Amino acid sequence: MIRYLIRRFFWAVWLFFMATFITYVIFFLIPSSPGRITGFGFSVSPVQAAQINSQWHLDVPAYQQYWIFVWNMIRHQSLGYSFQNGASVRWIMAQDARVTGSIVLGGAVLWLLISFPVGVLSALRPRSLFDRAAMVFVLVGIASPPVWLGLILAYLFGFKLGWTPIADYCNFASSAGGECSGPVHWAYHLILPWLTFAFLFAALYVRIIRATLLETASEDYIRTARAKGAPARRVVVRHMLRNSLLPVVTMLGMDIAYVLGNVLFVERVFNLHGLGIEVLSAVHTSDVPVIIGVIVCITLAVIVANFIVDVAYAVLDPRVRLL
Amino acid sequence: MALLEVTDLNTRFRTDDGIVKAVSGVSFTVESGETLGVVGESGSGKSVTFLTLMGLVDRRHAEVSGSVRFDGQEILGASGKQLQKIRGRRIGMIFQDPMTSLNPVKKIGWQLEEAVLLHNDVTHDEARRRAIEILKEVEIPKADTRIDDYPHQFSGGMRQRVMIAMALINNPEVLIADEPTTALDVTTQAQILRLMTKLQEEHGMAIVMITHDLGVVAELSDDVLVMYGGRVVEQAEVDDLFTKPEMPYTWGLLGSLPRLDITSARLEQIPGQPPSLLHPPSGCAFNPRCAYAFDRCHEELPELRAGAVGEGHRFRCHLSDDERARIWEAKKASLGAAEGSAA
Ligand SMILES: Nc1ncnc2c1ncn2[C@@H]1O[C@H](COP(=O)(O)OP(=O)(O)OP(=O)(O)O)[C@@H](O)[C@H]1O
Ligand SMILES: [Mg+2]
Repeated sequence: MIRYLIRRFFWAVWLFFMATFITYVIFFLIPSSPGRITGFGFSVSPVQAAQINSQWHLDVPAYQQYWIFVWNMIRHQSLGYSFQNGASVRWIMAQDARVTGSIVLGGAVLWLLISFPVGVLSALRPRSLFDRAAMVFVLVGIASPPVWLGLILAYLFGFKLGWTPIADYCNFASSAGGECSGPVHWAYHLILPWLTFAFLFAALYVRIIRATLLETASEDYIRTARAKGAPARRVVVRHMLRNSLLPVVTMLGMDIAYVLGNVLFVERVFNLHGLGIEVLSAVHTSDVPVIIGVIVCITLAVIVANFIVDVAYAVLDPRVRLL
Repeated sequence: MALLEVTDLNTRFRTDDGIVKAVSGVSFTVESGETLGVVGESGSGKSVTFLTLMGLVDRRHAEVSGSVRFDGQEILGASGKQLQKIRGRRIGMIFQDPMTSLNPVKKIGWQLEEAVLLHNDVTHDEARRRAIEILKEVEIPKADTRIDDYPHQFSGGMRQRVMIAMALINNPEVLIADEPTTALDVTTQAQILRLMTKLQEEHGMAIVMITHDLGVVAELSDDVLVMYGGRVVEQAEVDDLFTKPEMPYTWGLLGSLPRLDITSARLEQIPGQPPSLLHPPSGCAFNPRCAYAFDRCHEELPELRAGAVGEGHRFRCHLSDDERARIWEAKKASLGAAEGSAA
């Protein structure tokens, strides 16, 4: 078990550096020396450009730049400074990651909370009325584009009914002061974004959970459990759930990555200033440090998510621990 | 009164293609302490018969009728609660494939203890003690440490021992063994069978041994049930069945029995395919493959009737007593000749 975890850990670290390296190469091979093009929005003389280039270490070869970047990241936990306004990229990332993290994690929790009971119940009574109703929900969920769904939710609950806010982010910590802070406001403002995400994924997960449970139900060891005299409920809870959790955990790891790649739409619809919005404006202004910062952030999140999946897998399935 | 008495058991599966008549009109009894051998080709309804009587077929897809009396009590169609008290406590069951029959994510010990705790009001420690004890009984070496292993850390033979241990941990009156050795290699098969015989002597339970292997039946059984196309086609005490089988399918089975003292060139295969249970042939289900079939066999299902030995030996066949006696004598002579020439 320990050896497995150590191996997965080093694999995660290796992945992280590979990902940052590739990102770095891609962006720094694109000829866009910011000192030359625009210096903070003003046109600059060649002398100033050279000065800026040397200040940002843009005049050394790319591999050295990467090395400086890695060194700063490890030694100073620094991701550099925005070309656009000189702000610390780390600070910008910290602000944005809170927003995006809240959307994604909250959404994931919500969709799991919805999909588990629905999936389990419809697997227990396949083809029942409940099961069929759940399948309708699944089809609608899978078929609706998140942007459209977000707009519909905002219009209906936020605008028409006035039940929920339709935009902006509130800090989770109440120490920030003001009326828009604290867990309640935080959740209140995020309900619609969460629902937007959760709807699509709850639909997918209901389907997966139902399918894996039905598959597990026909396994030989389930027959063994019933032949032992275990009551139906116990068979489901103690013998089936854990085995059917494995594919769900795998999917969750992959979907967190997928969601991070698509969070931009939800951020746009609900005017939440997260990583998605940030990277969009950074691309418009060629603000390379910020772009790289966002990519580092998301890479890190995906790698951490996958590491957690690996650990969860080992906890759930003893056979994995041998690998 | 027999311990287990099955009368006119029928199991029909509703499938998308139509109704599968997996078990039709099956009756038999199991006496305490005895061994009943059940033989028949793949798909003849052996497993479904016993899954049905344990209440383990999915009633949403299956229609079940008939009667199963266990210790005088009707258990077919009994409530889930009643069945749960009998399953694993008074009737144990083990299955064909030990590789998939144990839960892969639970320790062996957990699975054995569960069997104890489901039926007895005892502490975890006591359950664990019993689990170790039964593992020793099924001859698992280092039982007190191996109990904390997972199934994948055991070989197939060892897993089947664990399955047997789990089925016997509550000292059931009947052990239903559904092809317990089919998935194992020959040496391991012999070990498992020897173990089961030993355990039967110690625990005194009745065994239902479902198998393809007539050799196993000859060695272990008291009574034999031959199944074909979802029906019992012959039932007899083991000696009667081997010395005077009464119908063509059983002759075929005995002819295809591989024995070391018969040259394999003379082994007889039953030609043709097992019948479809979705669209069974009219009349006797064996008629398409039977060398002796005549008009009546295509039209009318032969009743299960008693032969010369009396009520204890019953079979389904339209051939007259004289004809059957004549054919069997001739067959025996040819098998015997093969035996002679091999010797
Ligand atoms: N759940 C089910 N739905 C539909 N048909 C089924 C179902 N279970 C079994 N059957 C059918 O019932 C018939 C009898 O199957 P059964 O498993 O009892 O055969 P068997 O004699 O045990 O064969 P084997 O020696 O291969 O184990 C087969 O034709 C099988 O296809
Ligand atoms: Mg079978």
